[in-house]
Amino acid sequence: MAMFRKKALLLRERAALEVLRKGYVIEVEDLTKKFGDFTAVDHISFRVKKGEIFGFIGANGAGKTTAIRMLCGLHRPTSGKGQVAGFDINTQQEDIKRHIGYMSQKFALFNDLKVWENIRLFAGIYGVEEKKIALKTDEILERLGFTDQKNTLVGQLSLGWKQKLAFSVAILHDPEIVFLDEPTGGVDPLTRRKFWELIYEAVNRGITVFVTTHYMDEAEYCNRVCMMVDGKIEQLDSPENLRRKFGVETMEEVFTIVAQKAQRTDD
Amino acid sequence: MRQFFAFVEKEFYHIFRDRATMLIILLMPVVQVLIFGFAITTDIRNTSIAVYDQDRSEESRDLLSHITSGPYFRVEQEVREPEEFDEIFKKGKIKLILVFPPDFSETLAENRTAQIQLITDACNPNEANIINSYIQNIAARYALSLDKGSVESVYVEPVARMMYNPQLKSAYTFVPGVIGLVLMLICTLMTSVSMVRERELGTMESLLVAPSKPFHLIFAKTVPYFVISVFNLAVIILLSLFAFDVPIRGNFGLLAGASLTYIFTSLCLGIFISTVSKTQQIAMIISLIGLMLPTVLLSGLMFPISSMPPVLQGISYILPARWFIDMARAIMIKGLGFGSIWMQWTILGGMAVVFLGASVRGFKIRLN
Repeated sequence: MAMFRKKALLLRERAALEVLRKGYVIEVEDLTKKFGDFTAVDHISFRVKKGEIFGFIGANGAGKTTAIRMLCGLHRPTSGKGQVAGFDINTQQEDIKRHIGYMSQKFALFNDLKVWENIRLFAGIYGVEEKKIALKTDEILERLGFTDQKNTLVGQLSLGWKQKLAFSVAILHDPEIVFLDEPTGGVDPLTRRKFWELIYEAVNRGITVFVTTHYMDEAEYCNRVCMMVDGKIEQLDSPENLRRKFGVETMEEVFTIVAQKAQRTDD
Repeated sequence: MRQFFAFVEKEFYHIFRDRATMLIILLMPVVQVLIFGFAITTDIRNTSIAVYDQDRSEESRDLLSHITSGPYFRVEQEVREPEEFDEIFKKGKIKLILVFPPDFSETLAENRTAQIQLITDACNPNEANIINSYIQNIAARYALSLDKGSVESVYVEPVARMMYNPQLKSAYTFVPGVIGLVLMLICTLMTSVSMVRERELGTMESLLVAPSKPFHLIFAKTVPYFVISVFNLAVIILLSLFAFDVPIRGNFGLLAGASLTYIFTSLCLGIFISTVSKTQQIAMIISLIGLMLPTVLLSGLMFPISSMPPVLQGISYILPARWFIDMARAIMIKGLGFGSIWMQWTILGGMAVVFLGASVRGFKIRLN
């Protein structure tokens, strides 16, 4: 029985690699999510290349979080199809979960656990071997320059540190893609810049980054940005091309022009 | 398996770092046993009474000394006028006034039936009844003792023997009940709240987006509460053995087995409640009002089930505590074996399977 399952798993993995060979780690078509009469995400289609930083930008309530949750397998799409990390988002969400990392808008680590205990927990969930967990923990803390805080309760850390730690935990199992849902909410620009250094490091290790934000300075850091208005994709291009298209200097101005179309009010 | 242990470790940290909750969980059984043992006792001891003796004879004093010689009654006050009765009861301390008529000794001397009057404060009817029947008993015994010489009268003298609990200690009934109550509170309430809390904090999101197996997640939640419950069970049993002299007449292994089954059923119920409640408040309300209250009132912990109206008896059938208390009393007090509790045992086990099945089905891997 166990061997059977293992074989089936390997076959699914092989099929996924086949899909990824085309160079896209995310492909979705007409993805839609309705909550009752409310259409949170309205027929969106896009593709994300391997190794790119893909920004998802929109006002509050534009449908970013819902879209990201569908891609992670937390919400079932109402309609539409697609693949994430080579697996079907409608049928293989359990396979997807093993190949992605996710950092949510709400702080997602456990405040009453120490720094190393949080790392250990998530390593355990992803099935990292006991021996490797300690190595992994030291590696993460060293990279963050955080070794002396190993035994601090996460609840006592500053928000900036919490976010850096949550990001490191989200990529601890070397996922294909990491989804970041407004990872830098509520911190100062300097801390945000430091956070983005971590993101670039992850990209250098071959991890694709899918990030939602409403800070326009962060939009500049992305390879391509996708602007959502009222659940639909309004613009999708590199920051340079978008600025040129609208004839403006900054992404801030691009966003102001695009977001004016919004009919929905905040939540 | 690695995942399961990672979850268990996390749950232990959660509980042991929450000092306040930890303290409550560990002290609650002790406090409850002491409260039930010393305060909510149905034994009548040191009851204050007043006497309105219009006869003032040797006989009246004799009967009175019979009444006060035991540990039950104490004469607090002598009444001079019947007008004082109302005032005395209003003060509330005195529960009963004993009235000797002026011809009490005279009537006895003529070998006729003499009367005494018992005026009782019946605000608490249960208590009033018990007080009354105690005094009636004493008076009847006194009457018999007067009767030594006469041969004409024939009596039926009931000789009562109280089986299993000859001293009528209320501890014998409440200890199994308190075990049932405390275990239910810890297993069901704590488990259901801890699961829903995770959903509210948003940490459930990070667990669900990782390849967590629901089965691991759910079971890991129950492990620490299982350990704590076993500890509490031991504390209650030790306390009742040494502080209240409650015996364990049956097989100890059997009692332990029945208790573990009950703990398991309560944990499953807690998990089930957590899958149907959206917020911690709802989980709390379901556990407290929907479960604790019926458990206290209807499980046979305080009131006998057989004297309840059929509807309430019906409700008592679905309370796990009812079946457990039944079993615990049979094993501890009566010393019965498996043969007489297998039905209750099976019902509890069946409930666990139903709750668990419903929970695993109802647990949402996705958020919506």
